[in-house]
Amino acid sequence: MSDEHSDFRADLRQYLTGFALALALTLIPFALVWWNLAPRAVALWIIAGLAILQGIVHLRYFFHIDLSRQKREDLQLILFSLLILAMMAGGTIWIMANLAQRMG
Amino acid sequence: MIRQTMRHPGLNLGRDHGQAHDHVETIVFGFWVFMMSDLIIFGLMFATYATMQGSTAGGPGPVELFDIKSAFFQTMLLLVSSLTFGGASLAMRHHMGAGRITLWLVVTFALGGGFLALELRDFAAMIGQGAGPWRSGYLSAFFGLVPLHGLHVSAGMIWIVVMIVQIRVFGLVPAVKTRLLRLALFWHFLDLIWIGIFSVVYLGGLA
Repeated sequence: MSDEHSDFRADLRQYLTGFALALALTLIPFALVWWNLAPRAVALWIIAGLAILQGIVHLRYFFHIDLSRQKREDLQLILFSLLILAMMAGGTIWIMANLAQRMG
Repeated sequence: MIRQTMRHPGLNLGRDHGQAHDHVETIVFGFWVFMMSDLIIFGLMFATYATMQGSTAGGPGPVELFDIKSAFFQTMLLLVSSLTFGGASLAMRHHMGAGRITLWLVVTFALGGGFLALELRDFAAMIGQGAGPWRSGYLSAFFGLVPLHGLHVSAGMIWIVVMIVQIRVFGLVPAVKTRLLRLALFWHFLDLIWIGIFSVVYLGGLA
């Protein structure tokens, strides 16, 4: 075993930490909606914020992606795809919402 | 440690895996290209769903259609299955043998099956009350987005079966190991997409 090869416990801790965080970030918004704890507008912002956080938790602990890497191409691929997606999805929602408003 | 000498995003096997570790870089990069294009498909289905909010044509909307309990159990099944696939990945990385890997894959398969069963039951109930994709623009968008994810889960489950068979037939040769690495990424990807679905479709609809 080479030295980079580590200990199983450290790896396992990564997954368990990720799972615990993801679980908390899932339970909070479900509780919020289940028991109607906040007005709709507030609840939607909280749900969106927690969803983004949970996405980051999954990327960090399940996909093992972080920002300190020698291999940058993969990260660039991911970030570029997100940019394209933001433009296409954001543009679609923007234009269609605008259109709906004008026709309404 | 996972963090050192990363060759690609996702769990790296480590140098003691020889060829499976050395040749993996381009293979996994290609798989990331596929997943990112898949992500864009999902993203645009989400955008379509968002623009169809309220286009119910007098038909049922989220409050009449969704059962938060079922959405919650589906979410839990998928989240736990991400962890159990982590068990398979770690069993492979730390040379715990084919038996242990297969066991975790079987558990993951069962959890995926539970998820699909609940989801299909929900779809059947919706269609049973006349709320199929033909009912309104809103429901077309719903049935374009959520079953697309379910289809991916089905594909992932078929892939799990294929890998269990390959582990038995070929053993843990480098090609099988790198396929398992990619399947792990795919399975975690499905859970990532599900975050968007339960947040936007179910919680966003019922809040």
